[in-house]
Amino acid sequence: MPRNTTVQEPEVTKDGQSSGPGSTAAVGIKDVAVRFRTKNRDVTALTDIDLEVPMGQFVAIVGPSGCGKSTLLKLVAGLLKPSAGDVLLNGERVQGARHDIGYVFQRAALLEWRSARRNILLQAEMRKMPAELGRRRADELIAMTGLSGFEDALPHELSGGMQQRVALCRALLHEPPVLLMDEPFGALDALTREQMNTELNRIWRETGTTVLLVTHSISEACYLADQVVVMSPRPGTITEIIDVGLPPERDYTETMGRPEFQEATTHIRGLLGAVSAAD
Amino acid sequence: MSQSAIKAPPAQVAGVDRRNSPSAGERTSRLLKQSWRPAALLLACFAAWWVIAAAELVEPYLVPSPGATLDVLTGKADYIWQHTWVTTYETLLGFLIAVVVGVFAAVVMVYSATVEKTLYPILLFAQVVPKIAIAPLFVVWLGFGIAPKILIAVLIAFFPVVISMVTGLKAVDPEMLQLSSTMGASPWQTFVKIRMPASLPHLFSGLKVAVTLAVTGAVVGEFVGANEGLGYVILQANGNLDTPMLFAGLLVMSLIGVVLFVLVEIAEKLLLPWHASRRETGVTTTY
Repeated sequence: MPRNTTVQEPEVTKDGQSSGPGSTAAVGIKDVAVRFRTKNRDVTALTDIDLEVPMGQFVAIVGPSGCGKSTLLKLVAGLLKPSAGDVLLNGERVQGARHDIGYVFQRAALLEWRSARRNILLQAEMRKMPAELGRRRADELIAMTGLSGFEDALPHELSGGMQQRVALCRALLHEPPVLLMDEPFGALDALTREQMNTELNRIWRETGTTVLLVTHSISEACYLADQVVVMSPRPGTITEIIDVGLPPERDYTETMGRPEFQEATTHIRGLLGAVSAAD
Repeated sequence: MSQSAIKAPPAQVAGVDRRNSPSAGERTSRLLKQSWRPAALLLACFAAWWVIAAAELVEPYLVPSPGATLDVLTGKADYIWQHTWVTTYETLLGFLIAVVVGVFAAVVMVYSATVEKTLYPILLFAQVVPKIAIAPLFVVWLGFGIAPKILIAVLIAFFPVVISMVTGLKAVDPEMLQLSSTMGASPWQTFVKIRMPASLPHLFSGLKVAVTLAVTGAVVGEFVGANEGLGYVILQANGNLDTPMLFAGLLVMSLIGVVLFVLVEIAEKLLLPWHASRRETGVTTTY
């Protein structure tokens, strides 16, 4: 496994001094602010955001609704332009939509006229990947995510969990170095969600991709991530970055019982509670 | 199903057996179940008509009996068929032109805000002007041939096509478009693979309205000035107080509308099986 098991400099990420330009960071966010102009006033969605995500790391972002978590992912994907600061992805400055990422939304956003497999292959078609390569990758991912037997089903014939698996396969088809997930399991029931968490942990270990996951669930964040970024609401800033300090390979029930897990969740809950009390 | 599907809860397997399509018998029984109510209502209307005419509650020259109407339909079949063909031809041609122009206009409007701002008020104005009122002008301009009829059919059918297509193209999931840009898709790829297919259900609901309106357009054109077509037949019958012929003309005219509507619906089912099956499952899962 090519990944580092030791957690990397948590504190330095706050002041962005840990690595120079062109380093191995998968994602670098430097002094970023985002302001929206509404009819009668300017709204600051994000301000003073500094974050560095080393390659292969799993970083979860938690925070109250409206703190700009999703905005942060869109910045990294180049779907949104920051009002100030710089966003770096794989060592390059983000200017416009990036193609070296995989993106998963809360809603699966599948094309309802395409079967599960053809939805996954959309990624290959748009990128004009060789058909044979696309098919082989799709088959691998279908087997990996437990979609076998459902390849020919249309989206409306699949359960929410299955639809989200299809979306995940589509996001992974081109083997992106960075996977951005915006509350991917938010609409799923608790059991399916646990199952998907276990699978995501396995997929992350198997692919070695860098993951940025936005979530509302503190336990999901702590179960999956190396680091958890806690954000405060309007204007969104980073309150703290927490090292979960767990090994990458995690059994669901076992992890939940570990003291590191307990400590991290309690700490984050406290931070978010303080934030919402002050709000 | 292969072994690797252990993670798939078996309960979900039931949802995917759409390959076991219903047998012919099942399909007819379902069709009967769905259509007996409207069929019964239609029969009741015919029965009422029959009673009114047979009991001579109304003078026969005002409301002819169904028998007399049927006599005209069979006895003058050649005459009616000849004019039916003309009206159908005008309707279809008008409808097709409206679809081509309407879809094109909608695509241009969705992709260019400037064009939309320029074109939309004019479209709205053209829709608000009563087509029946300008029909005589078209006859003056284009003569008594089929051109003014087609033009009116186009004008009347055009609006629902444009509106439904614009709605469809704009209703595309914005996240799907963002996803498309992360895939590095060209605008053309996005249009062909995402926007166009996503807009088709909307377009088809517009087409169903448009095709029935196209019949009206063609007949209005014939009313104003023609020497052939069902509008002309009705006008002639009216002048001669030949109500059986008038009723026959009306029946055939309605039939054209119904047949064209059904044809559009069949086309929808063939082109968008995913959409139709989705609606069907929606129906069968509710009480």
